[in-house]
Amino acid sequence: MAAATKTKKLKKTSKAGKTSLTVVFSIIAVVYVLPIFVVLLNSFKENSFVKTETFKFPTEESFVGWANYIKGMTFGNYPFFKSVLWTTVITLLSSALILICCSMAAWFLARVNNTACKVIYYLCVFSMVVPFQMVMFTLSKTADRLRLNTPFTIPIVYLGFGAGLAVFMFTGFIKSIPLEIEEAAAIDGCGPLRTYFSVVFPMLKPTMISVGILEIMWIWNDYLLPYLVLDRNKYMTIPIHIQYLQGSYGAVDLGAIMALIIFSIIPVIVFYLTCQKHIIKGVAAGAVKG
Amino acid sequence: MADVTKKKKKKKQDYSATVNSKLMRKPLKRAFPIFILPMVCAFAIGFVWPFCQGIYLSFCEFKTTSDAKFIGFSNYLKAFKDPGFLHAFWYTALYAVVSLVLINVLAFTAAYVLTQNIKGTNIFRTVFFMPNLIGGIVLGYIWSMIFDGILSKFNTSILLETKYGFWGLIILMCWQQVGYMMIIYIAGLQAIPGDMMEAADIDGANKWQTLWKVTIPNVMPSITICMFLTLTNSFKLFDQNLALTDGRPFVTEVTPDGLLRTVKTTEMLALNIYNTFYGEGSFARGTGQAKAVIFFILVAVISILQLRSSKSKEVQQ
Repeated sequence: MAAATKTKKLKKTSKAGKTSLTVVFSIIAVVYVLPIFVVLLNSFKENSFVKTETFKFPTEESFVGWANYIKGMTFGNYPFFKSVLWTTVITLLSSALILICCSMAAWFLARVNNTACKVIYYLCVFSMVVPFQMVMFTLSKTADRLRLNTPFTIPIVYLGFGAGLAVFMFTGFIKSIPLEIEEAAAIDGCGPLRTYFSVVFPMLKPTMISVGILEIMWIWNDYLLPYLVLDRNKYMTIPIHIQYLQGSYGAVDLGAIMALIIFSIIPVIVFYLTCQKHIIKGVAAGAVKG
Repeated sequence: MADVTKKKKKKKQDYSATVNSKLMRKPLKRAFPIFILPMVCAFAIGFVWPFCQGIYLSFCEFKTTSDAKFIGFSNYLKAFKDPGFLHAFWYTALYAVVSLVLINVLAFTAAYVLTQNIKGTNIFRTVFFMPNLIGGIVLGYIWSMIFDGILSKFNTSILLETKYGFWGLIILMCWQQVGYMMIIYIAGLQAIPGDMMEAADIDGANKWQTLWKVTIPNVMPSITICMFLTLTNSFKLFDQNLALTDGRPFVTEVTPDGLLRTVKTTEMLALNIYNTFYGEGSFARGTGQAKAVIFFILVAVISILQLRSSKSKEVQQ
């Protein structure tokens, strides 16, 4: 009896507590998106008002409409849409290359598994703990000498430096796949290539999505590697472009930069909202394993 | 128990592997140019060769990679004598400790509340995770605009005082990383079996006791993962540091040998290494490479400690 009333009481308080928690978290959530909202506000303001009236709504005096967006696109001597294009090309090519080459390599490593394979595998695992600054200088010089400094060849550099995590995650998953399925394919007369593409590849789909998302997030936002490797006069990516505008000019047009920031965030947010489930799953998987 | 099943599995795999060595392994081995050669070549170009060359060059004096001259350990001595590097090390360490505590406490609290079946959990999770997808450079400029907007009311700027730069970076990184760590904690909290909670409830434990005696011991693996993740992230931090303050404010100091040295007070390790390579002229590159090796060893030691601790946890379970 006493226990029953106690649980009743507990439930009642927890219900009230839950509502108040929802309210508190709603406020925190609003504060959380506020920075992006402020950027949006300021992207419609004239340059001189961004610093003085950062948190005010645009007034008649400071409102400039879409002018910042138009200006941002053609700012400096390098149009912004070119940077967007190159970032997209680099991200898609590199992720595709990493997914295909590393999953094939991981299958080979897991199934052949001789001494050479073990050495390669442990080298891959080792490469995950090496920070980029360690190889920064030598990598950029090597890439330069091999003419890997265009958006169409930089995926090779990304494949090399990003192979560790991908191979590690794929190998871990492949080791958990029963060998019998591949045996059946082999008995039916499939060669290695056919076995891989029609049997192993479909089974790898969940890991493909996780690894793909991790690679896309990394490469899209990466600054230092493309900055050092790419031929900067011809090719820029979004982070390089924004850093270049903000860093190299004394008098920056803050309004235009805010417009560019909004430009660069929109694809990311659309991507996030459309495949949110996969992203959160992929990130959790990558963190737990890496 | 777990050991026995593992052994059994291994035996089974060995057996089928020998049976199928003719049908599967040999053709696969012969197909190595297709399967593994592209990855190995790229890996050699993108990692193995630069890494080995990097180690070698840290003992050399060089301007480009071709004119290296072996000089032994003097690069390392120079690196340890550089006040900017030492300052960057202590600054990074302090930053790492503060952000480790703050991010994990906030993320765990958020995850704990969001697993209590409150309304709107999905929306909150979506919102908290979102900043994670924005790149470091963009994040840095968003926040430098906001901090300057606030600080300009007090006639100052984030670039003028070290403590503003420090706390600014902490706020920025909390904003970015709490959502990420929260996701890992949520996964850990959801994996706790419900009957354990029930048992605690029947035994008359209150919420506080349940949290400390049941919940936290059960999410210990997630806690280790998150702590090490925040630690390595802090040490490797570069983009945000570059975009938010770029090391400003600078302070000029007189070294014991009577030379003037500029110390960038909000510069962290990764940025210090970068600036040694590309900011101080080509004569300092040997020192820069030596710093990079020291930095690598530091990060590698942290990662190995993580691997050890998470492995020992697995055995316990």
